[in-house]
Amino acid sequence: MDGFHDLGGFQGFGKVPHTINSLSYTPVFKQDWEHLAYSLMFIGVDHLKKFSVDEVRHAVERLDVRQHVGTQYYERYVIATATLLVETGVITQAELDQALGSHFKLANPAHAKGRPALTGRPPFELGDRVVVRDEYVAGHVRMPAYVRGKEGVVLHRTSAKWPFPDAIGHGDTSAAHQPTYHVEFRVKDLWGDAADEGFVVVDLFEGYLDKAKTSQVVNA
Amino acid sequence: MMKTHENNTSTPGERAQALFQVLKQKELIPDGYIEQLTQLMAHDWSPENGARVVAKAWVDPQFRELLLRDGTAACAQFGYTGPQGEYIVALEDTATLKNVIVCSLCSCTNWPVLGLPPEWYKGFEFRARLVREGRTVLRELGTELPNAVTVKVWDTSAETRYLVLPVRPVGSEAMDEEALRALITKDVLIGVALPHVA
Repeated sequence: MDGFHDLGGFQGFGKVPHTINSLSYTPVFKQDWEHLAYSLMFIGVDHLKKFSVDEVRHAVERLDVRQHVGTQYYERYVIATATLLVETGVITQAELDQALGSHFKLANPAHAKGRPALTGRPPFELGDRVVVRDEYVAGHVRMPAYVRGKEGVVLHRTSAKWPFPDAIGHGDTSAAHQPTYHVEFRVKDLWGDAADEGFVVVDLFEGYLDKAKTSQVVNA
Repeated sequence: MMKTHENNTSTPGERAQALFQVLKQKELIPDGYIEQLTQLMAHDWSPENGARVVAKAWVDPQFRELLLRDGTAACAQFGYTGPQGEYIVALEDTATLKNVIVCSLCSCTNWPVLGLPPEWYKGFEFRARLVREGRTVLRELGTELPNAVTVKVWDTSAETRYLVLPVRPVGSEAMDEEALRALITKDVLIGVALPHVA
């Protein structure tokens, strides 16, 4: 889905609130509840096995945009985990409201049921020029919108395979397993002159890619 | 205990505790589960792990070759495996190339090797701007690169987890592996900072 989470290239933000090497990064958790976010997520994913991490990612994406903008990072994972535990019937909205003493606002419902991976094609090879498929997806997708329809070159094909996010992200445990490709794009091919020079490498599932029709050497 | 909040006036911490209480009352949280995971997240997964990997790669050419060929196997030699560290790729800086890591979609990071990602890394500004304005963002953070250096941003958009292998800095020639580790911070492993000999 083309949501607020898909931030690559989004303009209007100010400086990154950081100066290099200024922080010790300890303690890792700054507030006494933050460790609960991932812990309770893994209760659902790993211990109860009610949903996948991909579904958690999608639940974060389903946070209402007006709410998402104002949330803290770990807060989003608490809301996403609570949403999935309610949707899978482990707990109820009423139980959450009762424990909180007020309405516990969950993420919006999914707008789609997901989609299977495109399969049955030969793999891409190192050096291949590929184009990111020009697709609009209502459900979970792990293709940043800024590379949609863009052409790049394959630097690496993973030796491991993982379930296709657009399927497993909707609970489809029969999702096809695919390698991903590290595809290098010229920043100028993504945003023209309204960007710095350089390259961006995006890790893309096989099903997001087609072989490019042209074969000119652009990244030389 | 019932509280008297209106809609959405609860705090993030109160909501986290509410979810915890509901699961606890249903006896769905195994004894020690949260404590064990928190130990990993808050202590075991640390940039000191990445520092060990990089320092070894700087002094041991064979290990460096392995790290660049199969980062997962190289990090596994130190026991740095597990969630968010299942497929590791090391990114080799050169005199003319600076690698930097981001996750524009959310927050994916090489947990066992870098530790959990910092707030600014997960923040909207870094996620939105780094892929498009890499050199500018690095400059604002405090890393000014010569024009001859190309910036390559790696967007952690699937299951590969990265670490940056920086160039061993000038002036570190006499330093041993342990001393070298101290030059390698979380910011260096993400790629926004360069190691320097003080």
